[in-house]
Amino acid sequence: MVFDLTEEQRMIQETAREFARKEVLPKAAELDETSRFPGELIRQMAELGFMGIAVPEEYGGAGMDNVCYAIAMEEISRACASTGVIMSVNNSLACDPILKFGSEEIKREYLAPLASGRKLGCFGLTEPGAGSDAGSQKTTAVRDGDSYIVNGTKNFITNAPNADTCVLFTMTDKAKSHKGITAFVVDMKWKGVSIGKHEKKMGIKASPTSSIVFEDVRVPAKNRLGNEGDGFKVAMNTLDGGRIGIASQAIGIARASFEDALAYSKDRKQFGQAICEFQAIQWMLADMATEIDAARLLTWRAAWMKDRKMRHSKESSMAKLYSSEMAMRAAVKGVQIHGGYGYIKEYPAERHFRDAKITEIYEGTSEIQRLVISAALLKG
Amino acid sequence: MDFQLTDDQLQVEDMVRGLSRKEFAPRAAQVDEESRYPAENHRRLAELGLLGMLYPASFGGSEAGPVSYAIALREVAGGCASTGVGMAVTNMTGEAIFRFGTDAQQRRYLPLLSSGKGAGAFALTEPGAGSDAGGLSTFARVDGDGFILDGTKAFITNGEHAIVTIVMALTQKSPRMISAFLVDAGTPGFSVGKREHKMGLKGSDTVSLSFEECRVPKSSMLGAPGDGLKVALSALDGGRIGIASQAIGIARSALSAATGYAKDRSQFGQAIGEFQAIQWMLADAATELDAAQLLAYRAACMKEKGLPYSKEASMAKVFATEAGNRACNAAVQVLGGYGYIREYPVERHMRDIRVTTIYEGTSEIQRLVISRALCR
Repeated sequence: MVFDLTEEQRMIQETAREFARKEVLPKAAELDETSRFPGELIRQMAELGFMGIAVPEEYGGAGMDNVCYAIAMEEISRACASTGVIMSVNNSLACDPILKFGSEEIKREYLAPLASGRKLGCFGLTEPGAGSDAGSQKTTAVRDGDSYIVNGTKNFITNAPNADTCVLFTMTDKAKSHKGITAFVVDMKWKGVSIGKHEKKMGIKASPTSSIVFEDVRVPAKNRLGNEGDGFKVAMNTLDGGRIGIASQAIGIARASFEDALAYSKDRKQFGQAICEFQAIQWMLADMATEIDAARLLTWRAAWMKDRKMRHSKESSMAKLYSSEMAMRAAVKGVQIHGGYGYIKEYPAERHFRDAKITEIYEGTSEIQRLVISAALLKG
Repeated sequence: MDFQLTDDQLQVEDMVRGLSRKEFAPRAAQVDEESRYPAENHRRLAELGLLGMLYPASFGGSEAGPVSYAIALREVAGGCASTGVGMAVTNMTGEAIFRFGTDAQQRRYLPLLSSGKGAGAFALTEPGAGSDAGGLSTFARVDGDGFILDGTKAFITNGEHAIVTIVMALTQKSPRMISAFLVDAGTPGFSVGKREHKMGLKGSDTVSLSFEECRVPKSSMLGAPGDGLKVALSALDGGRIGIASQAIGIARSALSAATGYAKDRSQFGQAIGEFQAIQWMLADAATELDAAQLLAYRAACMKEKGLPYSKEASMAKVFATEAGNRACNAAVQVLGGYGYIREYPVERHMRDIRVTTIYEGTSEIQRLVISRALCR
């Protein structure tokens, strides 16, 4: 048992922290206010290798491990949660399934541009009627010679308006229910692909979210990930990794809440002393710090298991569940410690509060995580 | 970053888990029912080298290290929490003597403790000095080549069975100076008072100690004059990893009982484990206990490396004991009426774990330690 970071892990932590502080943090409030996609930051992050951290170098990635990915995600999200999720979706939900399930040809064609950050990926699983019940896909793919014809609508798709590539889930055999799902890599410029309405959200406003409509889109059979019917497996496997990314994002947001609140509590004087001298405030700070550490250990454990190719569904779900709910608690306390100043936009506490909420919802709600965990417990 | 236990640590886990399940767990209900000190368990711990895990073989110890110690304590507590706390305090006493004692003190006491000749005890708390440990009033006045101790200690775990007790006392009243003493059982003037009737941990003896004109030699001082609080706080940092581990062990047993019950128990035509109401409780308990375990391991690893670890030990203790209490409460809830009766172990687990947020520093003291480190 070693809790020290490796040289490489320490390096990426320093690099990401420095970059986040200098380049990302100063823009975070404006990005939130204007709901602007941070294209310039994504380009800079691409240069740092952050868009494909755990993808081997031969496919355009940085060739690092998943603990490095978790570390970098936390640091970027500490500064801007929107930028964090754009990065997470590209790494975990676009690159990872192509790396794991794509043919060599598909990896060369699609993975390398995504991992190097020249292109941006998105993940088309959710539909208007298929949220937590991801198996109930309505988007269809019908075989037609060497290709499939895809029809349907995906919604709440992070990165969609700016994405070049989509990892898309479709139903190829409705009778088989979730075993009839098939995944494809789809070029967003193909005929019949269109972007629907941009959602206006509570938080992570600089991360674009929209629906995608597929109308008679012709997808070559070689763009299939795995076999027909493998889609659900591809999705679940991908989300096991994605949850490490979102857990790390949540920890980043919680750290922002905590660090801002700590600094404020040392400055702010009431009743003749800094408010951090009061146990009421100390208790909140102590709980935030303890829970942040607990969340990070759960998350790094899951990442470490993924690196060792150990089964980590339960551990990823634990990390995601705990970290996201912890982030929400921390954000509530962060606002509370700031008092009235926590409720106005001059201070970032209210943004953290809005940003934290999504982590309990996307890439599997807290309820889905508890299902995954309890299923593992009751099976044993 | 490497979450893998070493082979030695895995071996300790395996051995102690086996011992605890086969020997301690089957006796735990009876030990609790009769409030009986499980001397036979204490002997078994000694035979397996589990009473001196933090000092070297030259003093009779097994020097297994803080991580193995945390593992062993968790496993023992999972079978019998009373045995666990006895083991924790004996190890803590030995470690303090190893760290602060003279060569003569080490040679005299450490082999006695590790071989199970008697338990070790740690007497800091007084009727009027709980969380405010520095406010103790037991006084040690110089008398020729020794000291005369006068005062009362309260809530002392192992107090009745201890062969040696570390006693904190004032050696100077103004300015206040606290020193630590090693007091042998049976020293004239040292008497063991009433045994407390407790909610849980009933097999562990908790007593008051009184010192009336109790004469101890100068050589019984542990550490230098005025080192008392340093000795105490250093022991408690390690002790907190121990109590965190104890809580994790108790709570894991409760969770495992609840999980088993949820699979067996049918209501409304299906196993209650099929209901999300039950699944949620199990999922939350398992998640929080894993987080608690990682915090405890981290603190133990830092201790093993010789790094400062007060804040991390406090984080582990407050988190593990509070999560453990929640888990035990949930386990009772999952078992319903059966959770409330003695035929099932979870009511004992819930009573046993309750004290973990109180002793060796309340949750409130842990939060003080943590927030002081943060606000510094």
